[in-house]
Amino acid sequence: MSPNQKRTPNSRQRIGKRQTDLLASLCNALSVSGDEQEVREIVLREVKPICQSVKVDALGNVLATRIGSGADRVRVMIAAHMDEVGFMLTQDEGDGLYGFSIVGGIDERQLVGKPVIVGREHIPGVIGAKAIHLTTPDERKTALKVEQLRIDLGPGGAGLANVGDRAGFATRYTEIGPSIRAKALDNRLGVVNLIELLRSAPENIDLLAAFTVQEEVGLRGARTAAYHFNPQIGIAVDSTPANDLPAYDEDDENTRYNTRLDHGPAIYLMDGATIADRRLAEWLMTSAEAEGIPYQIRQPNPGGTDAGAIHKTRAGVPSISVSVPQRYCHTAAGLIRKSDWENTLRLLGAALSRLDSKILTPLEA
Amino acid sequence: MTKTQSKITRDSALLALIQKLTETPGPSGQESLIRAAVLEEIKDHADEIRTDALGSLIARVGSKQDGGMRVMISAHIDEIGLMVTHVDANGFARFIAIGGVSPLTCIGGRVLFMNGARGVIGCERLEPNAMPTLDKLFIDTGALSKADCPVSVGDVCGFERPFLDLGAHLVAKSMDDRVAAAIAIQALRALKKTPHEVYFVFSVQEEVGLRGATTAAYGVNPDIGLAVDVTRTGDTPRGIKMEVALDKGPAIKVRDSSFIADPRVVNWMASSAEAAGIPYQLEVLEAGGTDGRAIQLAHAGVPAGCLSIPCRYIHSPSEMVSYTDVENAVRLLVRLLSEEIRLEYSPESAF
Repeated sequence: MSPNQKRTPNSRQRIGKRQTDLLASLCNALSVSGDEQEVREIVLREVKPICQSVKVDALGNVLATRIGSGADRVRVMIAAHMDEVGFMLTQDEGDGLYGFSIVGGIDERQLVGKPVIVGREHIPGVIGAKAIHLTTPDERKTALKVEQLRIDLGPGGAGLANVGDRAGFATRYTEIGPSIRAKALDNRLGVVNLIELLRSAPENIDLLAAFTVQEEVGLRGARTAAYHFNPQIGIAVDSTPANDLPAYDEDDENTRYNTRLDHGPAIYLMDGATIADRRLAEWLMTSAEAEGIPYQIRQPNPGGTDAGAIHKTRAGVPSISVSVPQRYCHTAAGLIRKSDWENTLRLLGAALSRLDSKILTPLEA
Repeated sequence: MTKTQSKITRDSALLALIQKLTETPGPSGQESLIRAAVLEEIKDHADEIRTDALGSLIARVGSKQDGGMRVMISAHIDEIGLMVTHVDANGFARFIAIGGVSPLTCIGGRVLFMNGARGVIGCERLEPNAMPTLDKLFIDTGALSKADCPVSVGDVCGFERPFLDLGAHLVAKSMDDRVAAAIAIQALRALKKTPHEVYFVFSVQEEVGLRGATTAAYGVNPDIGLAVDVTRTGDTPRGIKMEVALDKGPAIKVRDSSFIADPRVVNWMASSAEAAGIPYQLEVLEAGGTDGRAIQLAHAGVPAGCLSIPCRYIHSPSEMVSYTDVENAVRLLVRLLSEEIRLEYSPESAF
């Protein structure tokens, strides 16, 4: 137990208007992999006043450092990716019609009929679909391929956008009682959590915050960020799917939910990119139990987070991930519970306050 | 004694070492027990031993003399296994693979959890002639209910199958890659005089993507490196088309699907084997990867190769190697590490 604990009562942190306003502006921003400028500007504005050093690296990661004051400080890198899945215009077919490709992982069956925004100006458009009046029963059996779809900015829309511009779903951030519906909750939740952790970072650690780019296309930003920071411990804060809807057949237990809403932050033990360091998993679970914070173990499944890049950096970095569970991840509208978000922030804050470099020592044979 | 057994003299200490290593559980990410077992075997023979941040055991022998190099030898100590994803209301545990696990070799298999629990793998009712997939399988620990189940989400198990000595051939669940760990241990102990600074790396998490060797190679920063790992064979009835066979000597890898061995390293290994009269085979593996790739891509690049041990039934609970191939691999590795290394593109004799 660290003496710093009383100084930073992080486990009591609550989600208030400041946090939800920030999340709203982050979710409504467009920041498709490779063009993260809009979110980067918000992040820079938020972190510059509270960090000793802030830089933007060659790939566009925001690397912010908040140095503690304790004697035996642990160098902890926490990564939250700023980019989101979306689209890139690939062909200008004239009269406001644009061919496009998918950036990151989006199921192409979800595209038809969705309102979108295009480019830094958020030009409104739609991924058009043939009206049901004109389709045949056979046509309606097959999902359209992305090659068959166009982003339509409307007749007269020629010249409004350029090939290479990014586009994303037009969903606006909305609170629905205890829930939040928005696009890009993966991973603006991580971004806002990391900003909050910087605000309240305990003195027993050096918090090396990486707001990373290009996670959705292969953990690329985290790779160079981790090389720069060369940390002792790596943590990715992210959002992960919750497939917790009731099974239709009542005899059939849902055994593949990944995570569940209202069950608290999801601690990773293994995904497709990382086997979590068990000492770190133990540390997170012990912290949660000591502070009375609910948590769940994410079902070991494929998928990956920035931890996949961090742990393989240089001579190796013990790493783990913690995510906020989210229904309908990588679609036009995700859905989360505020309680899960708050408990994720509480868990990370409490665990960091309790972090001691001794947890890394027992790895001898 | 069977007929085949009577033909060769075998080192009982080597057999005991292979048995000990293959019977120690250690799926990727859970290498503590196997790391301790390897450490026990090498601790009195190495000049320096450390464990890196991800858990690879790194032992140095010798220091760099005139004409010497810093050499990395990597044998991975992890094995394939399973991790629990869900325990259902009746206490059956669903799971996901750690590394390349085939559903065909799972059904009826027995598993040993790192917490000591045991279980057998069952399968849902399948349509006639349907191939099982991992999500149709479950582990039955004998639990009477969910509350009674001795494992929970995240618990890890390995396959359980005792070592089997068939004389000329040896069978065990994790010959991949414990037979290479045994070869590296034997070479480490036998290496009395070397101009090189040799780092024997017993790497972790190979089966999930060469992860341990990646960070170990960065830490060691070698001048040259070899993986020691098993490779497939083409010598079984209607098997894959491949030149490598059991009992024809260790294989020198030319390429696999993860990397192309440095041709100078291939020449060095082949000419050294020829000079010593050690039988060898050249290996082209169509599908499979080894720590050689991780070594090759470390820092600004490293000449790398792989000493392969021909192995039948890889990633099944009964992987089979040839005793003489193992012994010849030890001889070749010791010889490679004892002499000055010449890296040349055109060998006089190799091919």
